[in-house]
Amino acid sequence: MDKLINDLKVQIIAQLNLQIKPEDIGDDQPLFADGLGLDSIDALELIVLLQQHYKIKLSNAEDGPKVFKSVKTMADYITAHQPKV
Amino acid sequence: MYKNGRSLFENEKIELPEFLIAAYNHFEINYPKFYKMDILSKLGVLAADVLLKDDFKIEDYKAEDVGIVLSNANASLDTDIKYFETVKGIASPALFVYTLPNIVIGEISIRHRLKGENAFFVAEKFDVDFIQQYVSNLFYNNVLQVCICGWVEVLGDKYKTVLYLIEKNKNKKSLDFTKENINKIYENNNG
Amino acid sequence: MKSTVFVAGIGAISAIGNNVAECLTALENEAAGIGDIHHLQTVHRNKLPVAEVKLTNEELALKAGLSSTISRTALLSMVAAKEALDDAAIENISSLRTGFISANSVGGMDKSEDFFAEFLANNTKGKLRNVVNHECGAVTELVSDKLGIKNYITTISTACSSSANAIFLAARLIKQNMLDVVVAGGTDALTKFTLNGFNTLMILDQQLCKPFDENRKGLNLGEGAGYVVLVSEKVAASLKKDVYCELSGYANANDAYHQTASSPEGTGSFLAMTGALEKSGLQPSDIDYINLHGTGTQNNDIAEGTAIKRLFADHYPKMSSTKSFTGHTLGACGGLEAVFSALAIKHSIIYPNLRLETPMVDLPFVPERKLVKNVPVKNVMSNSFGFGGNCSSLIFSKL
Repeated sequence: MDKLINDLKVQIIAQLNLQIKPEDIGDDQPLFADGLGLDSIDALELIVLLQQHYKIKLSNAEDGPKVFKSVKTMADYITAHQPKV
Repeated sequence: MYKNGRSLFENEKIELPEFLIAAYNHFEINYPKFYKMDILSKLGVLAADVLLKDDFKIEDYKAEDVGIVLSNANASLDTDIKYFETVKGIASPALFVYTLPNIVIGEISIRHRLKGENAFFVAEKFDVDFIQQYVSNLFYNNVLQVCICGWVEVLGDKYKTVLYLIEKNKNKKSLDFTKENINKIYENNNG
Repeated sequence: MKSTVFVAGIGAISAIGNNVAECLTALENEAAGIGDIHHLQTVHRNKLPVAEVKLTNEELALKAGLSSTISRTALLSMVAAKEALDDAAIENISSLRTGFISANSVGGMDKSEDFFAEFLANNTKGKLRNVVNHECGAVTELVSDKLGIKNYITTISTACSSSANAIFLAARLIKQNMLDVVVAGGTDALTKFTLNGFNTLMILDQQLCKPFDENRKGLNLGEGAGYVVLVSEKVAASLKKDVYCELSGYANANDAYHQTASSPEGTGSFLAMTGALEKSGLQPSDIDYINLHGTGTQNNDIAEGTAIKRLFADHYPKMSSTKSFTGHTLGACGGLEAVFSALAIKHSIIYPNLRLETPMVDLPFVPERKLVKNVPVKNVMSNSFGFGGNCSSLIFSKL
């Protein structure tokens, strides 16, 4: 799980062009609103990230806020939904 | 980068994307959304920031009285190409958002909270006659009190951005809004 | 100097008809044009509904009198612009100062994207001829050349408000006595570029769209072209046929909120509608019909609805979104909907907003769900709100 969380932080920074280091993102830190200040387009890019890196398709945009609440919730979702190789 | 004929920032050793970030840091712009913008929007926002600082107090005007009129020849083609590459795999929403030339106007408006009339024209060359008449008309009819106008263009490694600020009220430093003056400004800048 | 501009001719082509008469018949018969993809070669066939014009490029080329290798955007433009000019029937037009102001958002993208795919695979392949007319401006020039308009040509590209902006630029040029006649409006063809883009923004409805419905899920993309011929008072007086209406008000503002979303309060929409009313000298209660931007996205409809609630408080006019018929035609929608507005005035009708089952909970009004006939339609407001926060509103008035 720790590796997944760290990988995710690196991937999020790359995908969203953020100017921070992985250490700057708390595992439970809110990604949207006051937390990291991401917006709706960033949310869509995270959906792309899930598909590209983890082969998980989030077809209902309304699930977004729950899944992308923090890096930890993303990691939990991926662990629960990742297709078996 | 020049303002009123004076060079404010130069670096011929680096490529455009790095140059834009270097300029952003040099001018201490401090606006994280800058990093996510495409090249066209970065050019426009950077130029607008430099244009508006120091001599101009935006707080003196109502948001609806400040407008933007821009033009270029290649619309958003530079980003269109980058976006289209992603369509092969998964289309990138962050890139798609910039595949319209007027998004740069949106970014400048968001940054400086400008709500006045705005337009983007696509034309082969900078049309001085048209811009001069069009913008003069906006002032004459009190549609705007201030207008950011100019040319914002990029395609690959070729780019040129020239912005000028037109105000209804004359001040000591202002030039008259004539075709000759606009042409001089446009030609003098080496982009 | 207070002068007026008039709509002397109209032309249109869309998913619901290949000319104005066919479009009007479809509107009156509640016959939408949204369905499966037939012409575009895309992986989204059988998955996403769109509103395609029901003609192949070859058929369009025949109608337009242009080569079928020309971009579909230009072909659509030519068909509609020619219909508008013919409709205006200005006899001495060659002696008048005439302009062509056309808007589009994709330019020749339909051809370029085909070229690009081949070229990426093998850089000796792909017909370069296909990308020659990629620029938005090139599409305009192809059509103006064919129409024989020389005095003034320009292209506006401000996303979904493009052709509304083209129309009111035309009005200004006529009022400033720089031109006598202007064909103004816009065009856009369906492309993989936009279909994939909107899909990745997750604002497409996988079913037929439901503008202003509480359970709306997004928009359906469409294609088409719509133009009006605007003329000065002097030219209007010389015409044998009656003009359709006057363009009495127009305004543009920036929402300054987000690149592709509208502010929840609909500030940009509010400013544009207010400005158009001020320009026309009308009160909100004078508006008989609003042709809504009404794309069917969660965001637009609540933003637009909120702005209307604020501006028209208690005097809500009848309103509807014709995008429930034609889909969202992007750069063409302002022009197409201007044509529909002129027709509404001429025929005293108000179009229905199709597939509205559950009214939006937060709004104190409901768009018309059935066609309304024989009602006074004196003043029509047409809204077009584009990405980049570019918001425009036009008002057309009966003479």
